Amino acid sequence: MYRIVGKKEIAFNTTLFEVEAPEVARKALAGQFVVVRLDERGERIPLTIADFDRGKGTITMVVLSVGKTTKKLSRLREGDHILDVAGPLGNPAEMVENSLVVCIGGGLGIAPIYPIARELKARGNKVISIIGARSASLLFWEDRMREVSDELYVVTDDGSYGRKGFAVHQLLDLISSGMRIDRVIIIGSAIMMKVTSEATRPYGIKTIVSLNPIMVDGTGMCGSCRVTVGGKTRFACVDGPEFDGHEVDFDELLARLRMYSAEERLADELYMQGVGACQSCQKNL
Amino acid sequence: MREQPPAERVKNFDEVALGYSEEEAISEAKRCLHCDAPMCIEGCPVGIDIPAFVKKIAEGNFGEAIRIIKEKNNLPAICGRVCPQESQCEKKCILGMKWKPLAIGRLERFAADHEKDCVRPKVTPNGRKVAVVGSGPAGLTAAADLARMGYAVTIFEALHKPGGVLAYGIPEFRLPKAIVEKEVEYVKSLGVEIRLNHVVGKTITIDELFEAGYEAVFVGSGAGLPSFMHIPGENLNGVYSANEFLTRVNLMRAFRFPEYDTPIKRGRSVAVVGGGNVAMDAARTAKRLGAEHVYLIYRRGEEEMPARREEVEHAKEEGIEFKLLMNPTRIIGDEQRNVKAIECICMELGEPDETGRRAPVCKPGSETTLDVDTVIIAIGTSPNPLVVKTTPGLKTGKHGVIEVEPYTFKTSREGVFAGGDIVSGAATVISAMGQAKEAAKAIDEYIKNK
Repeated sequence: MYRIVGKKEIAFNTTLFEVEAPEVARKALAGQFVVVRLDERGERIPLTIADFDRGKGTITMVVLSVGKTTKKLSRLREGDHILDVAGPLGNPAEMVENSLVVCIGGGLGIAPIYPIARELKARGNKVISIIGARSASLLFWEDRMREVSDELYVVTDDGSYGRKGFAVHQLLDLISSGMRIDRVIIIGSAIMMKVTSEATRPYGIKTIVSLNPIMVDGTGMCGSCRVTVGGKTRFACVDGPEFDGHEVDFDELLARLRMYSAEERLADELYMQGVGACQSCQKNL
Repeated sequence: MREQPPAERVKNFDEVALGYSEEEAISEAKRCLHCDAPMCIEGCPVGIDIPAFVKKIAEGNFGEAIRIIKEKNNLPAICGRVCPQESQCEKKCILGMKWKPLAIGRLERFAADHEKDCVRPKVTPNGRKVAVVGSGPAGLTAAADLARMGYAVTIFEALHKPGGVLAYGIPEFRLPKAIVEKEVEYVKSLGVEIRLNHVVGKTITIDELFEAGYEAVFVGSGAGLPSFMHIPGENLNGVYSANEFLTRVNLMRAFRFPEYDTPIKRGRSVAVVGGGNVAMDAARTAKRLGAEHVYLIYRRGEEEMPARREEVEHAKEEGIEFKLLMNPTRIIGDEQRNVKAIECICMELGEPDETGRRAPVCKPGSETTLDVDTVIIAIGTSPNPLVVKTTPGLKTGKHGVIEVEPYTFKTSREGVFAGGDIVSGAATVISAMGQAKEAAKAIDEYIKNK
């Protein structure tokens, strides 16, 4: 059992959890994730480690309520327990020195890009960050990102805050301004990572993405999370989650992410009925 | 032994074989000839005194029977169910020369299921610590044996439930999870501690285990890495590794979705590729999830199938459609990238290869397609490289197995022993247990002579 020691709503439907998991905290590095199971009937879901405190023995996860499990999690309170937390899993983010790195976090991807930007900055790299979301209400950690970046750009799809548009627009502006970018790291939805990777391809800029396929065990024993990278099948949980964005078959990833959409909808609907919450406005959640 | 009738059992996940009644067990036990030099014991990888426990059953003294079994076997309710007895103890039974061999496995199962008060040996702690990686059959056996010798044993398990393949691989209808839980409780009652959610290589490394005061480490991390065929269409939606399919159903209980949260695709027409026990388990599971057609595609003939005869028979009774001497060439999808068919080529058997099995050869131009919406790949597994990758100096051989000395199961790293599938590649539950028993003896000797 893993105790929730901190909980905070940091954006619309977006909750930060600080969980006691000393053994995970002791080994965690930027870029890694955990697999959690809430209760005896629960499923296993992967969540990125957005921060860790080795002294306190805690890890931080940021969760967007999108379906049954994440909604159930968002109802847990400080002092409640999560049944299983396994990790840290996956490879740590690849680190570079003496480079200019553009770190892009889209939506919930702001949480996992944060520790990577922090570590890059601590190693003396020049870090330019772009964070974005559909709308201002979904943005978070602007201050934290600013602390670990030399420059920070904020974008929203609807223009409700910062620049109107997508992260890729800001990135293309930086490129065309003549900035010599050594590497771009993108974490966000699969479609956002696809579009943004495509933008850097003609310029030959090394582009790293952190993939988010469906996972079960997270230790390499099932292949649920397999992706095609450079024409080869790889398991994101053990070979990744970071891959070269120019080699990933994003259309395959996007299709695989939809594999259980009917089941996910059903589970969500039954859950919302069960807790008496309104499906569209999520009241009572 | 009584069984659920096929028409009924394909609609549930309950155990197929119902087990002996007391009368049936006694009457079967009385068939034992009590040979002067019993060969059956030799056939048992853990060396159970078979005639002795069978005699106790014949006398109606069931408590004594299970006590004798547990001298050698820590998990009898499991072994009695899943051992391939026909190629082990029962193969050597002298009765089998002329009649049917004694049903040793069924009697072992009977004794285990009828255990009234948990028989437990006296344990005197010796104050020394041993770590075990993995809680599958090998890890549980090594841990139980070492605990009985007095060691403080800690098992590190990556998943949220102990049992390894017993928990995630072998289906409920062959091995009820309640039985696995009961056997794991017995191992814990010997003083073994099991730490779940500990991925050795990630959460903690073997070097860190030594730093934490463990004097030896037994690696029983199994062969859990699924093999794929590397044919076009293998990443379409609806294609599963058998490991994923079975893990979802057995460990995550997806057959009870949405009561349980883990989903699974319930295919109408399912192709299972492979001819081993895992393929049979996957095919029979797919049938129970409601599939109208389950095709078992195997590149050799029925004779060559590595699965147990009993499982092949069960699969046939349940309506699994065997497509023998066929091999998939590609999986075909629709616009949404969902599986809609599998293309196979016919095979014929050529000359025997180095393993003695006749190698299948393609018959050009013989391609046919089967309409399916789900494909389950059950062509084997290899050792998961996580432990090896994070343990410097651990020597490995072909397909990533850990190399060990014969008899002692010592690895190239001082104080590290290994056994089960991580050493032999995917094999049986009982052979993993046999190796773990030997390794436990070697670990005891190693620590005493340190």
